[in-house]
Amino acid sequence: MKRVYVNEKWCLACHLCEYYCAFANSGETDMVKALKDVAISPRIRIEQQGDISFAVSCRHCTEPLCVKACISGALTQTDGVIAIDRDKCVGCYTCILSCPYGAVMPSPQGAVQKCELCVNNAQGAPACVGGCPNRAIVFEER
Amino acid sequence: MEYVIIGNSAAAVGCVEGIRQRDAAGHITIVSQEAFHTYSRPLISYLLLGKTDEQRMKYRPDDFYEKNGCTLLSGRRAVRVDGTAHRVELDDGTALPYDKLLAATGSVPFVPPMEGLEQVKERFTFYTLADARALAAALEKPRRVLIVGAGLIGLKCAEGILARASSITVVDLADRILPSILDEEGAALVQRHLEAQGVRFILGDSVARFDGDGARLKGGQTIPFDVLVTAVGVRPNVSLLKEAGAQVQRGVITDVHGRTSLPEVYAAGDCTQSVDTVTGESRVLALLPNAYMQGEAAGISMAGGEGGVDRAMALNAIGFCGLHLMTAGVYDGEVYEKKDGSSYKKLFYADNRLKGYILIGDVQRAGIYTALIRDKTPLDSLDFELICEKPQLMAFTRAERAKKLGGEA
Ligand SMILES: Cc1cc2nc3c(=O)[nH]c(=O)nc-3n(C[C@H](O)[C@H](O)[C@H](O)COP(=O)(O)OP(=O)(O)OC[C@H]3O[C@@H](n4cnc5c(N)ncnc54)[C@H](O)[C@@H]3O)c2cc1C
Repeated sequence: MKRVYVNEKWCLACHLCEYYCAFANSGETDMVKALKDVAISPRIRIEQQGDISFAVSCRHCTEPLCVKACISGALTQTDGVIAIDRDKCVGCYTCILSCPYGAVMPSPQGAVQKCELCVNNAQGAPACVGGCPNRAIVFEER
Repeated sequence: MEYVIIGNSAAAVGCVEGIRQRDAAGHITIVSQEAFHTYSRPLISYLLLGKTDEQRMKYRPDDFYEKNGCTLLSGRRAVRVDGTAHRVELDDGTALPYDKLLAATGSVPFVPPMEGLEQVKERFTFYTLADARALAAALEKPRRVLIVGAGLIGLKCAEGILARASSITVVDLADRILPSILDEEGAALVQRHLEAQGVRFILGDSVARFDGDGARLKGGQTIPFDVLVTAVGVRPNVSLLKEAGAQVQRGVITDVHGRTSLPEVYAAGDCTQSVDTVTGESRVLALLPNAYMQGEAAGISMAGGEGGVDRAMALNAIGFCGLHLMTAGVYDGEVYEKKDGSSYKKLFYADNRLKGYILIGDVQRAGIYTALIRDKTPLDSLDFELICEKPQLMAFTRAERAKKLGGEA
C-alpha cells in the first residue's frame, strides 16, 4: 500500500505541508479564504528542534492500535486507510492514548482528526506531498 | 466449523473479526442476553449527555452480522456449558453444538449488601443500554440523585445526567475520587472540576442504611434523594465457565491466545484475567481496548492461527465535562512531575523503563508514552529531557526515527 513517508534530511521546516493539509481538509476551494486569519489545525505536524525537523502524520499501521482500541467504532480501516467517522466519535481520546506516533489529535470541531491520505476530501492524493517544496514528504509503496 | 460466542460486546466483536481474518466460511452463532445490536457500552453516559444516540452508538454497522456470516440469537441467555459434549444450553431449552466456543460474558455490576436497599424504589445500576434508558425515564422530571461509588462508572454516570438531575451527590468509602487510577493530587484536581459543575462529593464515608427517602451515612449525615445509582464496581462474569470446570481465579484464566483450561473453549474480555505486561502479574483489566484485542486474538486462534500478543496493561482515557485525563501502567519508581494551571503530568519510571503516567488537561500525543511503556523502551536510548517535556518523536535517535517513520508500520 502507498503511504506518506518523510525524509528528515530534506525537511526545511517550512510548514507548508501543514498549510496544504489544512486547506485540503477545509472544504474550501480558495486557499486564501481557507487559510487567511485562520488558526489552522493540520493533521500532519512538524516536529522541530535545533536544525532537525520532520513531519509526522498517520502511518496507517497494519496493526492499527487506534482502531482496535476505539471504544465507539468510529475509527475504521478500509483498504489500509484508517478513517474517522466524526458522527460516531464522542471524543474520548482513547485513540490518542493508543497511537505510538502521536498522529491522532483533537479536532477543533470536537471529535478527533487524523490523516486520511486525502481519500475523503476533494484532493484525491495527499496534499502535503504535493505541497512539499523539497520532496521531503513522498507518497509511495515501500 | 461451528463457532459459538457467548456475549455480543467488544470481546465478541473482536472474536468475529479475528475469526474472519482466517476463516471466511465457518458458521458463527452469537448468543446475546441483551436484546440489542452490538453497542458501545462506554457510550451509555454520552447517550444521556446527548452526545450520541442509539443509532450512532452502535459498535459496528447495521450489516455487521450479515456481512460476517453470524447468526445472532438476541435476548437469549446461555445457562450451561457442557465441555464434554461440546454444547451450550440456552434459556429456551435449546442446545447449541460447538467446535470452538468463546465466553465473552463481560462484567456484572457489583452491588454490595446495604441495609434497606430493597426498600429503595428507584435504584439503578449503570452498565447497560437498558440501564441508561431506565435512568433517563426516571429523570424525566429533575430529581435528586445519589450515586454510590466515585469510580469511573459512577462519575461517567454523574457527567451524563448533570443536566437532567436537580442535584447529584456522590458518596465513596475511599478518601478520593477515581481511587484506582488517580493519585491524591490528580484526584483533587478532577474533583474540583466536577464540583464546579455542581456535583457534590462525600468521601471517606459510606451508607449505613437506607430509610424513608434518605441514606444514612456511617459518618452521621443523612442524604435525602429520589433516585439511587449504585456504581461501586464490577466483577468478572465467570459463572458459566466456572461451573463447566474451567480454571478461574477472579477472572477466567487464559493463555495469551485466549485458551482456557477446557479444550476448545476460549474466553476474552472483562470476564478474564490477563497478564499485565508492565508487572507480569495476572489480573483483571476490565477495559474495552483490552477486551477487543483479547477477543480478536482468541478468534484468530479459534480459526487455527496464533493471534496473541502480550500487550495488556492498564490504560484509561476519560474526560469529564471537557477535562481530559489519561493514565497508564503502574505508579512505581521515580517520578517526573510537571504542573501548570489545570495541567498535570506525572511520569513514573524505574529500571531504565517508563512504567506509568498520569496526564490531566494536556493529553496530546500521549500514545508515544504508552508505546514506551508497552515496548519497554530503554530510557537511556532516548533524550530523557525531551521526552519528559512532552511526548515527541524528536526524543528518539535519528536511526530509531528512520525505522519508525520510514518503513511499513
Ligand atoms: C459507563 C461505562 C463507561 C465505560 N467507559 C470505558 C472507557 O472509557 N474505556 C474503557 O476502556 N472501558 C470503559 N468501560 C468498560 C468497558 O465497557 C468494558 O471493558 C467492555 O465493555 C468489556 O467488553 P466485554 O465484551 O468483555 O464484555 P461486556 O461489555 O460486559 O459484554 C458482555 C455481554 O455478554 C452478555 N452475557 C453475559 N452472560 C451471558 C450469557 N450467559 N448468555 C448470553 N449473554 C451473556 C452480557 O449481557 C453482555 O451484553 C466502561 C463501562 C461502563 C459501564
